[in-house]
Amino acid sequence: MGRYVARRLLQMIPVFIGTTFLIFFMVRTLPGDPIRALWGDKAPDPTQLAALRHEYGLDNPMWQQYLDYMKGLFQGDFGTTVGGRPVSEILSDAFPVTIRLALIALTFEMVLGLVLGVFAGMKRGKLVDRSVLILTLLVISIPVFVLAYIFQTVFGTELGWTTATVQDSMSVEQLILPGIVLGSLSLAYVARLTRTTVAENLRADYMRTALAKGLPQRRIVVNHLLRNSLIPVVTFLGTDLGALMGGAIVTEGIFNVQGVGGALYQGLIRREGSTVVGIVTCLVFVYLAMSLIIDLLYAVLDPRIRYA
Amino acid sequence: MRGANSAKWVAMAAVVALAATACGGGDSDSDSSGPADKNAKVVFDNGEPQKPLQPANTMESYGSAVIRSLFTGLVDYEAGTGKIVKQNAESITTKDNKTWTVKLKAGWKFHNGETVTSKSYVDAWNWAAATKNNQQNSSWFADIKGYEDVHPEKGDAKGDKMSGLKVVDDTTFTIELVAPIPYFEYKLGYEVFSPLPSGFFEDPKGYGQKPVGNGPYKFVKWDHNKQIDVETYADYQGSNKPKNGGVIFKNYSQPEAAYKDLTSDNVDVIRQVPPNDLPNYKSDLGDRAIDQDYSAIQTINPAFYNTQFKDIDVKVLQGLSMAIDRDTITKTVLQGTRVPATGWVAKDVLGYQPGACGEFCKFDPAKAKDLIKQGGGVPKNAMKIQYNADGGHKEWVDAVCGSIRKSVGVECVGDSKADFQADLEARDNKQVKSMYRSGWVLDYPFNGNFLRDLYGTGVAGNKGAFSDPAFDALVKKADGAKTVDESAKNYNLAEQELKKTFPAIPLWYYKVNSGYSKNVSNVKFNQKGDPILTDITVNQK
Repeated sequence: MGRYVARRLLQMIPVFIGTTFLIFFMVRTLPGDPIRALWGDKAPDPTQLAALRHEYGLDNPMWQQYLDYMKGLFQGDFGTTVGGRPVSEILSDAFPVTIRLALIALTFEMVLGLVLGVFAGMKRGKLVDRSVLILTLLVISIPVFVLAYIFQTVFGTELGWTTATVQDSMSVEQLILPGIVLGSLSLAYVARLTRTTVAENLRADYMRTALAKGLPQRRIVVNHLLRNSLIPVVTFLGTDLGALMGGAIVTEGIFNVQGVGGALYQGLIRREGSTVVGIVTCLVFVYLAMSLIIDLLYAVLDPRIRYA
Repeated sequence: MRGANSAKWVAMAAVVALAATACGGGDSDSDSSGPADKNAKVVFDNGEPQKPLQPANTMESYGSAVIRSLFTGLVDYEAGTGKIVKQNAESITTKDNKTWTVKLKAGWKFHNGETVTSKSYVDAWNWAAATKNNQQNSSWFADIKGYEDVHPEKGDAKGDKMSGLKVVDDTTFTIELVAPIPYFEYKLGYEVFSPLPSGFFEDPKGYGQKPVGNGPYKFVKWDHNKQIDVETYADYQGSNKPKNGGVIFKNYSQPEAAYKDLTSDNVDVIRQVPPNDLPNYKSDLGDRAIDQDYSAIQTINPAFYNTQFKDIDVKVLQGLSMAIDRDTITKTVLQGTRVPATGWVAKDVLGYQPGACGEFCKFDPAKAKDLIKQGGGVPKNAMKIQYNADGGHKEWVDAVCGSIRKSVGVECVGDSKADFQADLEARDNKQVKSMYRSGWVLDYPFNGNFLRDLYGTGVAGNKGAFSDPAFDALVKKADGAKTVDESAKNYNLAEQELKKTFPAIPLWYYKVNSGYSKNVSNVKFNQKGDPILTDITVNQK
């Protein structure tokens, strides 16, 4: 087990270098110059432009910029924005917000998705099942921003249960509405995934055995049925956490949540390479860590799986 | 029962009292919204400034809005007319438009208690002009003698002081320019010319995060990416004393979110109504909707370096201009957010003359066809308009092209660049294939700013490589004028000259389409399209 984890951790290094390299070059080779763009329609002073480009190391060849960036990165320095603010500060401001938002979304989709999925799976073909299928189909077919605007108007403007946008990005209470919107799409997937595996496993031999042993219904569902049905769901949930964090740009924009999505969007608009690379690097880490955790969870859920 | 009864009496008495005071107070206070709460803050929709809050380092509107609330320079402009209002300056005098003597008002203090002296100005300008301090707007000091010593085109600076700036005493200093500029006083209203406290020069970085100014508001806190909080500075000496308790500059990443918050009174003033809400914002907000002109213009400019327009007959350009149905496009596609332009200088600046462009900016397809024919036609009978896809320009570029195609049969398509940075790069590197979109928001309210800085031969703002000796001569004459008014008149002549060369086809002037919440009153916007924050009053609750 320990050796397996160590091997996986070592594998992260090339993945990490590869992704930072790709993102760095993609951002830097986009046409246009972020320093020049500071002047907008007005004309820049060439002397000052050159001095500023030098200040940010943009006059160096690309490979040297990358090496300098990596050198800083290994010392924990994510670089600075054009405005001179350390990127690490932006990251430490934005990530706590988005992690909160993503966890709310994840909890919502996991709890509700599993419950709906198990009910639908056990009553296959019945009314419950049909309604869950229709409901999830509806959610899947509505784009996130439409859902966000509907929720914002209904719960924020009309009913007044909450403010239309988030006033304090760190308050868990205020993040519930955007969290639900963000998690709704995955909720549909979780429910459908659970439903299918539950329905399938219902016919498995061990279920008949458990039933024949006379075990109580609750025990059969939780310990036997659910545990065996969870593996695909856990896989989905694990990768989804990363997707929720990186994919919250639209939801964060609509609800004015000042998280990773907003920072990434602003970084891209202002062509601040170091911000974009910093955020994406962190997201890559989230993905890598989550996939490791999922793999380890497999062994917990199914004792037949062993890592050596 | 008894309790209910007495409560009723109290309520009635209160109503009578309220009615009485309302009648009495009506005469002195013309605003119908009732008494103002002097201590409450205004929440303004503003994005995260890109740069530290140093006066000479900020050009984008988010940062400038904050800077202008924290700093007050020598002069200011009167909203609507563009006239000069003296603020920190007692007087600014000159005999030859070359050497200017500035006398400061006594009693002005920075927010940390330090007195504002002539040294605060001179040191700030010297610091900002030096290349090594990397201030984005350093070239604004290029008019001052000795600029090239601190800001040489190449190589190291000779010193860190401009010889043109001299401190006479604590409240007097002189500015010597390289060449006479009759309207130099106008330039001084730009926030680049703000004073700085002595502590700034020891820790410019720290002061960029926690600025100390001399303006109507005092800095409280910058919560990055969330909000900037400023409060009213009690000892402020300027004429624009705040009528509220302060401002919270709240960060919105999307205008739609800000608009939603405006309709539910969570934000008090927004910058601009998002395009999707334009059709209904007036019915949403009623008399709280704002629809006001500001001094900015949009044009399409031929790139005179490409083969298409190199030796073009001006009649072709005049014809193309007459082929654009400005009225219909501003009303339909642009949803009333712009006003058709009638010249090259935007409204509300000194020297603005209505109808400078004459008949050439009026829609007349028959005459347009005629002119283009007389001028030998557009080469290959096709043209493009370059624009950036991320700026919301596609719709009107398509409409302008459609109008040209329909009225004069010239094949016209938009040439989209992925984003603003890419668009600028193509313009800077002279890679524009046909025409390009251009815009200009005033730097200072003087017509020369829209003429000399855009169409003079070789000036940095002239991206289309336009050159006309007759225009340059008129500019030179205007710059050599004795007084500002005379100079403005001469610039009028220069603008008339543009009719004969058409370096840009004027399209329309900008408008602010905004609104305010039920919490505030007296919201007006200035010529740069920013709200006048100091005048906003917060309604008492």
